[in-house]
Amino acid sequence: MSASPSFSPLVLLLITLITLFSSAFFAAAASPSLSPPRGKKILVLLDDIAVKSSHSLYFSSLSSRGYDLDFKLSGDPSASLRHYSHYLYDGLVLFCPSTERFGGSIDQAAILDFVDSGHDLIIAADANASDLIKEIATECGVDFDEDPSAMVVDHLSYAVSEYEGDHTLIVANDFIQADIILGNKKIEAPVLFQGIGHSINPANSLVFKVLSASHAAYSANPNAKLSAPPSLSGSAISLVSVMQARNNARVLISGSLSMFSNRFFRSSVQQYGATIRHQKAGNEQFLTEISKWIFHERGHLQAMNVRHNKAGEVDEPPMYRINDDLEYSVEIYEWSGTSWEPYVANDVQVQFYMMSPYVLKTLSADKKGVFSTSFKVPDVYGVFQFKVEYQKLGYTGLSLSKQIPVRPFRHNEYERFIPTAYPYYGAAFSMMAGFFLFTFVHLYNK
Amino acid sequence: MMTSGSPAAGGSLRHAFGGVLSFFILVLIGVLAFSIRLFSVIKYESVIHEFDPYFNYRVTQFLTKKGIYDFWNWFDDRTWYPLGRVIGGTVYPGLTLTAGTMWWLANSLNIPLSVETVCVFTAPIFSAFASWAAYLLTKEVKGPGAGLTAAALLAMVPSYISRSVAGSYDNEAVAIFALVNTFYLYVKTLNTGSLFYATLNAISYFYMVCSWGGYTFIINLIPMHVLLCIVTGRYSSRLYIAYAPLVVLGTLLAALVPVVGFNAVMTSEHFASFLVFIILHVVALVHYIKGILSPRMFKVAVTLVLSVGIVLCFAAVAILIAVVAASPTKGWSGRSLSLLDPTYASKYIPIIASVSEHQPPTWPSYFMDINVLAFLVPAGIIACFLPLSDASSFAVLYIVTSVYFSGVMVRLMLVLAPAACIMSGIALSEAFGALTGSIKFQLLASSDPQDNAGDATPVSVLPENGKAKIDKAEETTKERGPSKKNKKKEKDVVEKASVSHRPENRRAEKKLRALPIESSVMGILLLVLLGAFYVIHCVWAAAEAYSAPSIVLTSRTHDGLHVFDDFREAYAWLSHNTEVDDKVASCYRRQQYLEQHTYCNCWYAMSSPEKAAWEIFNSLDVKYVFVIFGGLVGYPSDDINKFLWMVRIGGGVFPHIKEPDYLRDGNYRIDSMATPTMLNSLMYKLSYYRFVETDGKGFDRVRRTEIGKKNFKLTHFEEVFTTHHWMVRIYKLKTPRNRIRGKAKKSKSKATTSSGSTISPKTKKNPWQ
Repeated sequence: MSASPSFSPLVLLLITLITLFSSAFFAAAASPSLSPPRGKKILVLLDDIAVKSSHSLYFSSLSSRGYDLDFKLSGDPSASLRHYSHYLYDGLVLFCPSTERFGGSIDQAAILDFVDSGHDLIIAADANASDLIKEIATECGVDFDEDPSAMVVDHLSYAVSEYEGDHTLIVANDFIQADIILGNKKIEAPVLFQGIGHSINPANSLVFKVLSASHAAYSANPNAKLSAPPSLSGSAISLVSVMQARNNARVLISGSLSMFSNRFFRSSVQQYGATIRHQKAGNEQFLTEISKWIFHERGHLQAMNVRHNKAGEVDEPPMYRINDDLEYSVEIYEWSGTSWEPYVANDVQVQFYMMSPYVLKTLSADKKGVFSTSFKVPDVYGVFQFKVEYQKLGYTGLSLSKQIPVRPFRHNEYERFIPTAYPYYGAAFSMMAGFFLFTFVHLYNK
Repeated sequence: MMTSGSPAAGGSLRHAFGGVLSFFILVLIGVLAFSIRLFSVIKYESVIHEFDPYFNYRVTQFLTKKGIYDFWNWFDDRTWYPLGRVIGGTVYPGLTLTAGTMWWLANSLNIPLSVETVCVFTAPIFSAFASWAAYLLTKEVKGPGAGLTAAALLAMVPSYISRSVAGSYDNEAVAIFALVNTFYLYVKTLNTGSLFYATLNAISYFYMVCSWGGYTFIINLIPMHVLLCIVTGRYSSRLYIAYAPLVVLGTLLAALVPVVGFNAVMTSEHFASFLVFIILHVVALVHYIKGILSPRMFKVAVTLVLSVGIVLCFAAVAILIAVVAASPTKGWSGRSLSLLDPTYASKYIPIIASVSEHQPPTWPSYFMDINVLAFLVPAGIIACFLPLSDASSFAVLYIVTSVYFSGVMVRLMLVLAPAACIMSGIALSEAFGALTGSIKFQLLASSDPQDNAGDATPVSVLPENGKAKIDKAEETTKERGPSKKNKKKEKDVVEKASVSHRPENRRAEKKLRALPIESSVMGILLLVLLGAFYVIHCVWAAAEAYSAPSIVLTSRTHDGLHVFDDFREAYAWLSHNTEVDDKVASCYRRQQYLEQHTYCNCWYAMSSPEKAAWEIFNSLDVKYVFVIFGGLVGYPSDDINKFLWMVRIGGGVFPHIKEPDYLRDGNYRIDSMATPTMLNSLMYKLSYYRFVETDGKGFDRVRRTEIGKKNFKLTHFEEVFTTHHWMVRIYKLKTPRNRIRGKAKKSKSKATTSSGSTISPKTKKNPWQ
């Protein structure tokens, strides 16, 4: 009895430890990462605290999806994105187009570092956008119109309103054709837009237009007489663009802050010349869906458990031999906003690569997220790589490579007796026999 | 060794004494050969020296750990990325197997040596063996006196020391022993006609094939000698026994070495041996038929055979030419062709010409490497003609061919060294013999005209001329014992005849050759002085010139000894800071068996501008670039000096790289007069990046000029490590930019300068607001 009280805590501790370790082990074994790709803390920087209420519909759509919004004035001296090397936020919303400089420790470099370390950003510019905001946008690959007074004007597809304005309140419905970015549900109503336009470099593979202006649009000062052809015109004008950086950080750049506003969200819209009047503009659906994409609720892929083995075996060998048959598999999951779901696609390819792909095979997917294929190792030895380079519009890029050497045959792996060589074997052995006989005869024949 | 060293035939005390003495002399020569090579260990430390030896060491380690079969099948995925290297099929395994066996032997005797120790001392041990083999070879040619002299000379010839100091663990370390030993066994077989030695000869040849690509020298030199013997009418059954088994057994054995394989019968390097093999058989057949036919019948047979034979020969030659002409390199490997035509490599294969040891040597290097031997060799050649035997004709042929080859490639100076030592040994020994002989004759003539029986002077180790002849004759009669069975003794009969009528004319002959005593003494003194110079030079060369392990460099300045240990510093950095699978591109050490394509890509990259180079490196999966730079400390063999070779090699594959683009008026320069292509090449940039910060001017101490472009930035590479003396610079390839910037239409300068937290107040105000 006296021994048990001192004994039992130890046993308890041991049991706890064992369960802890084993559970940790099983969790790790089941899947390397079950956590969502992005956190929920977002910093919103505002020019004017009034924006918080005038754009409250947009903010409430974010917070209803679980985001923890932290509102600060852009000049707030306590604003800061990081505490030493630790980032305090997972996303940043810049609703402060006229800000000349940020407060606190935030500046252009800090924001770009924020993006370069894999965080998401929403930038809304406006007609009075400051150079700072435009410069950040330029760093992200979009070029706003150089003319500071220019706005996007469209005399054909402007929104019909009570008074005949200067046609800067335009409607746009030229969306990017990508369900993964804009959601499965078609956006019926056009989007109201009032602000400045930008262009993107077609050679830039990271940026793409999400919402383009119509063919008749141009970017100029609406109050001045147009003396020279506008520098930006037609569908080259992008109203809203997104950029997915190489580290999968996503940036939304919009030329209009007011398109996020409650007024535009609620307003009914009728395009000039159209007969239908939509009760509600498409802004809410469009901007909500795209914010889901921006904050990685959609289109985020994760690859794990890259496996390869010889056909018929289970263990991964350290090296293959030429002409081996092998099986390759990788599991790819997609973040659905709440959980990791198996990714389904028929266009994932694996390369067996040494300076150039020797084998290029499309992986076949089962519906559980496992992509697999089997092929024969080429008849070339060297240091190969299994490479999966999967870049698909709207999805995060997957770039997997795994190095594996391929060796030639060992000395005893060749065929012992080749049928075609039998004449040579015959020649050799008959020669030996003949030599022996000849020696015998020569020596003992008297 | 001991038994063959002691003649012990006469049974007289003098012979026994001479045998014991020469045995001890040989032991001392072995100790000398071993110990003169230890300077590097004493002055520096017991390390493996260059880069090839390190590779050999790594292979040896693998062998000792994994055993011979794994070694044979070893596919090394760490070298020659991304092609990998089949080690078993691309190295000459002789050195590795030798060291591995020595290590295994020591360990099984409970001597716990590390593999590295064994590797470091392999070369000195084998240089002792090589000296002994040289003794044996020279003894076969000209008697034991010449043999001892040659062995002593070879023990310390600088050319050989340069490749066999302790720590220089390269193929040549064992190959020179194998070379000399094979020649010895060939000459021994030629002298004795014994099948036993012929078999040993084939095995020794096999060891040579295992050890070094230079075995083709043997397989061409011996046929040449056989042909020489046949042409000069010296055909004998001994010649047949010396040669035929070597070709048959040797070729079979050579084909067993994976790196040689079918080359032993397929490449033109070996054709000469087969051709001579056929000729030898024809000659043997003719001799045989001559023996069984009457002279008249023989004449008829000759005309018959000749007419048929010529037709057949033409047919065979035509087929041979067709086959050879069909192959692109005419069946010869590039390196062999550059031996036949010294300008071949520089014209067609820059990759071979680029290796510095494949360049022709300069005249001073002869004096540096073989010193006084260069003057003694002609005397030795003359001595070989008095009289010319099979063995001495071989020695003459050896020296002549090796002189030619050493003139083509500085590397083959190594083959010349043993030949020069043998010839000089013969010359010195003959000269000593003549001088001491005449001294003795003069002394005897003044005191007692008794014959030569009882002299026990110390110089008797180098027997005087006449005595040597007797010894030789006795020896030949003794050793030719077995060959008598082969019914060939016409030569012996001739020599015996010369021996039998010896006593009458010997004194007269001696009187004729005797020199005045003063000049003899002077001559001996001068020879000793010459020898002393040689010894001093050799010791100096061993201690100063050839001992520095090239991984550690030293320089002596007014303020003492500087040690540049930059290479190991850099390697240590690499081993600590890079991942196991990271690839480091280096253009420094070019391997002997290059895979052209990859390397050309790499060199192409080096001669390209930065961006293009980055793309090439990235496609090769290279993460780091490793540059050797000597501009700060004046280390001349850096990458800039080798860069032109890279351009040439790259230009061979990518024709738009043109050598003239890198040259200004035919001059290779890196100062302000250099071409823009040169100044923009990656090699220039990586070498001189931030170089101007060292002294403010960017003065390159190797090129002795200020560099042309001083302040520039690297956009696609970042410097990650530079060693203390800037000799090694390591760069990392930057990853592709995370974002692609827009067209940067305005306020470019602002974007770069004012990125700090203080946005300058000059930010442009919108005038319309």
